[in-house]
Amino acid sequence: MKSVLDSKIPSGPLKEKWDNYKNGIKLVNPANKRKHTVLVVGTGLAGGSAAATLAELGYKVKSFCIQDSPRRAHSIAAQGGINAAKNYPNDGDTVWRLFYDTVKGGDYRSREANVHRLAQISNNIIDQCVAQGVPFAREYGGLLDNRSFGGAQVSRTFYARGQTGQQLLLGAYQSMSRQIGLGNIEMFARQEMLDLVLVDGKARGIITRNLVTGEIERHSGDAVLLCTGGYGNVYYLSTNAKNSNVTAAWRCHKRGAAFANPCFTQIHPTCIPVSGDYQSKLTLMSESLRNDGRVWVPKKQGDTRKPRDIPEAERDYYLERRYPSFGNLVPRDVASRNAKNACDEGKGVGETKLAVYLDFAEAITRLGKDAIAARYGNLFEMYERITGENPYETPMRMYPAVHYTMGGLWVDYELQSNVEGLFVLGEANFSDHGANRLGASALMQGLADGYFVIPYTLGSYLASNELQKVDGSHAAFSAAESDAKARVEKLLSIQGTKTVTEYHRELGRIMWDYVGMSRTEEGLKKAIAEITALREDFWKNVLVPGEKTTMNKNLEFAGRLADFLELGELMARDALERQESCGGHFREEYQSEDGEAMRNDDLFTYVAAWAYSENGHTLIKEPLEYESIKLTTRSYK
Amino acid sequence: MAESMNIKLKVWRQAGPKAQGRFETYTVPDANPHMSFLELLDVLNEQLIKSGKDPIEFDHDCREGICGSCGVVVDGVAHGPQRRTACCQLHMRHYKDGDTIVVEPWRAEAFPIIKDLVVDRSAFDRIIAAGGFVSVNAGSAQDANCLPIAKTAADLAMDFAACIGCGACVAACPNASASLFTAAKISHLAMLPQGAPERKSRVTAMVNQMAEEGFGDCSNHAECEAVCPKGISISTIATMRREYFKAMLG
Repeated sequence: MKSVLDSKIPSGPLKEKWDNYKNGIKLVNPANKRKHTVLVVGTGLAGGSAAATLAELGYKVKSFCIQDSPRRAHSIAAQGGINAAKNYPNDGDTVWRLFYDTVKGGDYRSREANVHRLAQISNNIIDQCVAQGVPFAREYGGLLDNRSFGGAQVSRTFYARGQTGQQLLLGAYQSMSRQIGLGNIEMFARQEMLDLVLVDGKARGIITRNLVTGEIERHSGDAVLLCTGGYGNVYYLSTNAKNSNVTAAWRCHKRGAAFANPCFTQIHPTCIPVSGDYQSKLTLMSESLRNDGRVWVPKKQGDTRKPRDIPEAERDYYLERRYPSFGNLVPRDVASRNAKNACDEGKGVGETKLAVYLDFAEAITRLGKDAIAARYGNLFEMYERITGENPYETPMRMYPAVHYTMGGLWVDYELQSNVEGLFVLGEANFSDHGANRLGASALMQGLADGYFVIPYTLGSYLASNELQKVDGSHAAFSAAESDAKARVEKLLSIQGTKTVTEYHRELGRIMWDYVGMSRTEEGLKKAIAEITALREDFWKNVLVPGEKTTMNKNLEFAGRLADFLELGELMARDALERQESCGGHFREEYQSEDGEAMRNDDLFTYVAAWAYSENGHTLIKEPLEYESIKLTTRSYK
Repeated sequence: MAESMNIKLKVWRQAGPKAQGRFETYTVPDANPHMSFLELLDVLNEQLIKSGKDPIEFDHDCREGICGSCGVVVDGVAHGPQRRTACCQLHMRHYKDGDTIVVEPWRAEAFPIIKDLVVDRSAFDRIIAAGGFVSVNAGSAQDANCLPIAKTAADLAMDFAACIGCGACVAACPNASASLFTAAKISHLAMLPQGAPERKSRVTAMVNQMAEEGFGDCSNHAECEAVCPKGISISTIATMRREYFKAMLG
């Protein structure tokens, strides 16, 4: 492992870097593209758009997903929207402002050059999606509509009702499907990546498990694109889909890819609160609701009156009070922490007292019920289905929940990890959101990486490297395959007494209590000790039912949990190491008198990239250099 | 806290695609009204694992009614009794203590059973691959606002595009037809100028693929519309027929 990580930021002024990069790279000639096979793991916004685009360019693509169809990747659940600097509303937006807001929103812990490229590309994404037939919301004049999201003072979010992720994903899926029909993409659904295969230090293949037959398969290629999403399910309860996991990324990490900023997780402020110990996942309610919903708690502790019986004067609209310029639209980390504080002070509402109100009464009076229904109708219905309460009549109850992970595999400007030939796109990498992601930016990043970044950077890699032909008979594949098989057999052989879900809930509790919204040195040390003990117990006492040769979801989940049990410890370690509060990482020891996060730019303006070896993890620091933006204390007051 | 309920479940168990299936009866003594239906199955599976039995396999992922992974027939109705709701969002507050619930997989020749409640819906992917797209390569698009689209048309396109591809329409149809699924995509793209250049080839290819996969024809029972968790209208099927007819005329 190299002890220095080269981010390969191109030369020149910030605004010219991406052009300079594109002007300087080598290209793969059209006739040669079909000689290259690219393995794309994951079919969400990043993987779906990458697979489609590379196939359109002429590469041979093999695409893999764990779901039964590429259309079901978890990007589909994104509700609110996608940002772009189109400035159609004429309200002062520019590429620079989108760049600035994203870096500031990330609390100055992301790379300027990557984020600037993202902002530049944002407009092309909207053009591309509209051309695919994505039915974005429109104004009566026929042009595209925009709305506001947290952390910005302009309206730059494009949306398709409350189903923007679904529509963008279906756009990418349809483009992929076209290439599947043309024979340019070979699709492998219900396949899980279990290992990365390196030949001469370069990523040349993957080992997968067929989730229907249990067969272990070898797939070789000239590069591997990992587009496998985030690791929020390490907390057990999160807004992530049940199948979302870290396994593919973690296996790459154990083969040498550095894991960056693992402790940077996003806790989303508006989720439906936990209702009982059978709870299997949490449901997010789009941030767009904060455009019209007002967040409040009773001023009095332990107030048990119904919300409508509490007079105005006895309510605390704490976000409007503390942050008058952004009000209810402060970024997610700020909104979440304030909700937690309100509940910690005993002002929480509902049966469990772990909730705050999100109230639409004022907006309904001002705009009418129909206008609110047009904006949020499907979200209101979803809320009612889950809770049995009607949000037109009574305020929603909301509590923060784990939603997104800003950390991920370390990548350079080309989205290449420190393992040559392994590229990481979308939420699976760490690159663009720093310590906190702004709303409507995940969709933007996934599609930017897949449609408009990887076609250039992958081409440059393939054109600059002479890759020998490698197929599945290479010894490296045999070794990785035996490792994968041994692991599956080990999991089935233990036959202990505790189920996979029981262990996962236990890990989730430790992570939420000590590596959640608020962290302390003492708590993090405790987390490391408890996770280590839990992991040891898991490998002695887990009960995995069934066979390895049929569909067996418990076996799949057991393998994923084994990796979460290692990742969780690294997250705690990373959080312990970072002795400052920034974005979603809040260390209680580092806060101002009024409870705001206190960064320490002198000591911590770096990316914490963790390298794995058999002797444990070592920390490599990539310093973050700000040439265009001046670091300031983030204020939304 | 809410009171617990005793729920009896009769669940279709089938070890593999070729194995003989059968109903098995189970009891969950501690169901809770706030639970989702899939959480009830989770609780049952924990019970089964602890008693040394094989858990019930069922597809699920987002549990928010949008990914389209889940789908079982509950008491004879695809996705269960609550209208416009995927079974992951069906909550136990709609049942009472002592109820018996019968759970089966989607049944259709074009959706072979993989195990228990899990079926193979890859036929849907092949229908989309036949023509459910706009052929536009990344990078070649003009500015998004160069193409004004009336709000009413865009809103309708969104209604049709909302399909989650769960397959309930097929499961509910007496002919196991995939018409609602196929028609939803055809109608979405037919509403928009972007879909126009490939309008004829799209409908022909998709309808032909649907037949090739072994789905039946539509005979206007409208069971599909009744169970669709996204409320896709059967009017899309009329649109599909009109589009197909126009394409036939050249």
